[in-house]
Amino acid sequence: MATETLHAIDTHVHAHDEHEHHELGFVQKYIFSEDHKTIAKQYLISGIIWAFFGGAMSIIFRLQLGFPNMDLTWLKPILGQWIVEGKLEKEFYLALVTMHGTIMVFFVLTAGLSGTFSNFLIPLQIGARDMASGFINMLSYWFFFAASVIMFASLFIETGPASGGWVIYPPLSALPQAMPGSGLGMTLWLSSMALFIVSQLMGGINYICTIINLRTRGMSFTKLPLTIWAFFFTAILGLLSFPVLLSAALLLIFDRSFGTSFFLSEIYIGGEALPNIGGSAILYQHLFWFLGHPEVYIVLLPALGITSEVIATNSRKPIFGYRAMIGSLLGITFLAFIVWAHHMFVTGMNPFLGSVFMFLTLIIAVPSAVKAFNFITTLWRGNIIFTPAMLFSIGLVSLFISGGLTGIILGNSALDINLHDTYFVVAHFHLVMGAASFFGLMAGVYHWFPKMFGRMMNKTAGYVHFWFTFVGVYAVFFPMHYIGLAGFPRRYYSFTALGNGRMEAFVDMNMFISIAAIITFTAQAIFAINFVYSIFKGKKAPQNPWNSNTLEWTTPVNPGHGNWEGEIPAVYRWAYDYSKPGSATDFIPQNVPYSATPESNFPEENEEIAKEKEIEGLLDTQNSSYSH
Amino acid sequence: MTYLIGLLSVVFLVLAIMIVNKSMALSKGIKGIEQDPDSQVDGANNYNAIGFLVFLVLGSIGATWSFLHSKPDLLPVAASDHGLITDRMFWISMGVITVAFFITNALLFTFPFLYRYKKGRVAAFYPVNHKLELIWTVIPAVVMAVLVFSGWRTWRDITSQAPDNAVVIELTGHQFGWYVRYSGNDDQKLGNHNYKLINETNSLGMDFNDEHCFDDFTANEMHLPKGVPVLLKINAQDVLHSVYLPYQRVKMDAVPGMPTKFWFVPNKTTDEMRYITGNSEFNYKLNCTEVCGRGHFGMAITVFVDEPEEYAAWCKAQKPFLTQNPDYLAKVPEKLKSKAQKYIEAPAATSDSTQASGATPAAATSLR
Repeated sequence: MATETLHAIDTHVHAHDEHEHHELGFVQKYIFSEDHKTIAKQYLISGIIWAFFGGAMSIIFRLQLGFPNMDLTWLKPILGQWIVEGKLEKEFYLALVTMHGTIMVFFVLTAGLSGTFSNFLIPLQIGARDMASGFINMLSYWFFFAASVIMFASLFIETGPASGGWVIYPPLSALPQAMPGSGLGMTLWLSSMALFIVSQLMGGINYICTIINLRTRGMSFTKLPLTIWAFFFTAILGLLSFPVLLSAALLLIFDRSFGTSFFLSEIYIGGEALPNIGGSAILYQHLFWFLGHPEVYIVLLPALGITSEVIATNSRKPIFGYRAMIGSLLGITFLAFIVWAHHMFVTGMNPFLGSVFMFLTLIIAVPSAVKAFNFITTLWRGNIIFTPAMLFSIGLVSLFISGGLTGIILGNSALDINLHDTYFVVAHFHLVMGAASFFGLMAGVYHWFPKMFGRMMNKTAGYVHFWFTFVGVYAVFFPMHYIGLAGFPRRYYSFTALGNGRMEAFVDMNMFISIAAIITFTAQAIFAINFVYSIFKGKKAPQNPWNSNTLEWTTPVNPGHGNWEGEIPAVYRWAYDYSKPGSATDFIPQNVPYSATPESNFPEENEEIAKEKEIEGLLDTQNSSYSH
Repeated sequence: MTYLIGLLSVVFLVLAIMIVNKSMALSKGIKGIEQDPDSQVDGANNYNAIGFLVFLVLGSIGATWSFLHSKPDLLPVAASDHGLITDRMFWISMGVITVAFFITNALLFTFPFLYRYKKGRVAAFYPVNHKLELIWTVIPAVVMAVLVFSGWRTWRDITSQAPDNAVVIELTGHQFGWYVRYSGNDDQKLGNHNYKLINETNSLGMDFNDEHCFDDFTANEMHLPKGVPVLLKINAQDVLHSVYLPYQRVKMDAVPGMPTKFWFVPNKTTDEMRYITGNSEFNYKLNCTEVCGRGHFGMAITVFVDEPEEYAAWCKAQKPFLTQNPDYLAKVPEKLKSKAQKYIEAPAATSDSTQASGATPAAATSLR
């Protein structure tokens, strides 16, 4: 039913476009655009802007942690009342931590990464003229934009933005008397997130429908590039888990505004006993992490998909273990739903559940390990070209391994007792999901920039950007493990209460981390300048700058609405025929039939030649779905 | 340790020299690539390849040095029975992942160097090898299974029912501090409490309809007996908090409306720790590890682990809440008044004399 409706909308949209060949106005072309490529760019630019805000916030709280005695009066012009007598306000410190997390996880790594590349690459790589529904796609972006505006506005209100941590556990987030950030700031946070979830759901439905229904002729599931597989599983994850967060947010809104007691029970605060009885604060945590854990993979899988594509292309080798890569993506997707309570080992949850979730959590290490090994083997005996995208992809694999390994420790509930909510956890997830996904985002931008803007980014600036960022990220997060092992809890404004000279032992290291963070953050300016400059002044891009096999490089350098000027090309082979023995070139694009490459065909591939007629015969069916 | 550092430095120095040599040789060849118009590879390709190798070497030095440098401060001395077990398990797991860390990263960074672009070289068409894939699926799976199994057994032991002889102590988190309540010297049972009875005096909302409350006493610091199971019963009054005893490796959230618990055996007294750490000012701390508002970072109390006799003596010296607030006798129902009366009339001198006599036998029974 739903698919049929979408089809109806889709065909309507295209019929509209094709019958009126007038140039779209500025508003329709660049603002309320239904073109997936424009929407992708909107997501990307929004994501980049948010990333700078989120990053700047982390720099401010790193100043507090690294230089607790620093006079911050110079920040008063920006932060105003949040600087009191040259010091950061304690509640504002928590607000910064909260907003940094929210912005980075949702607005940068979910919208900015998945939003950008799912939108951009799905139609281009599967051979579709646009998304299943361009209109819903446009709505998806503008819901995200509305969410962004509300979240941004919450930074400027007098009581400050939400400050109970990005997980906004009630009762802290439910009771305005518990902290000022739980007042209007939290209301805005919840409203913003509700809109954001709506945006994600519309996006996700669209991605799934498009991948299932609009693949070009010959593009069977087993010929899909791994990027598309990753976006497909990401969309499924989001579609099944975001509604749970929405329900948690709604129940929290009820508790906050309508006197219900879903999450509240037996609370005495501000000299008064509240009437709420029978709610469960743990219930919220279950609901939150039912999204929260898949969310980790929602930000990570697209990055892994992008990396698969970039590493194969630039190693000039097929990705090693294509089917195992899909299998591990599928395994991770499935397991992602049944490991959420490993965030809750010490919340007072039944310890038996802790045992179950420990088993399930550590299983997820297996598909993750397979992915890492396959990436490494793809490099083996390649002929590697270090484009900036390739550098970021190799960096991603390293961060994914280094951060993932400590997950083996944290997933062990007995060890988690001591490490839970310490900097060890902060270091772990920043490496494995934060930095790794960010590197995936960067790899994607450098790799597909020519397709997005028809121009090349400056490579040398890309190299410099990579090395600063890669070294910087390790310099920030590697030492953070030590601080966690020394028992420093996270979300602490200052470590004075630890006692026994423990704070003093790590003063230097905290300072080092802060300096490394500032340098890394500053280095992102190289990227920003390169990005903006190259959009307007970059070298004109060739048709296929990386000699890549996937379909997007068969479109014109600046693809118009509908992506291909003539017929959409058919697909005959997988996306990874790089350096095929016998072939004169070191790549054979997906749209080259086996009949054209007899010199490099394997025996079983010669049998595929018979099917080419069949694939070509599907042209009319495909065309008819676009024109009514 | 110094020898180890010295040895490693030498090894890494040699490696570094080798790489510089190699890169000098390579940079001679770079010009040729630059002039090749067909190639999409620029002159920086070799530098980036070398970069990964340099990063591997310098990164390994950095990781090793920083680890050895901070080692003395990592995992501060474990002061509980289960802490010793989890620490050992931690270092075993850490050993396993360190091996994996170095092997995988070494491969990841040397392959780019070994297989960097060379004109005329053709990459291997090597799309799949089921045997390899099977090996690296099975090995992590087996390693995980072993780690999980030992972790699960430890977790099961830690979270098992507290022994019957455990000393029960109630911890209640509030913005921003901890209330500690002991079950008293007479009945060894914590009395009921009700959040609706909380006021400025009765900050725990102790319910004097329950006779177990009569001998309960509260304290601003926590005392624990060494070598005896301690069961913490954990509550929160306003928002989530989390009990964190870093040295005892204890952590458990405090949840409003849902009591939680954690039991453990402290095995080093404060004095012993002062001796071990060489810090005569050393004190155990109880911190909060669940964000709870502006005072979260300062929400700590001091914890003393005493020899059992000292602990018993300290308990004896504490006055029940009822003794300190005799007007709460009015809240006691009529039929229990006689029982409660005992705590009102008891003159302060009694507890002093008990303490003076250093009552070891009494202490022993009070721990049961």
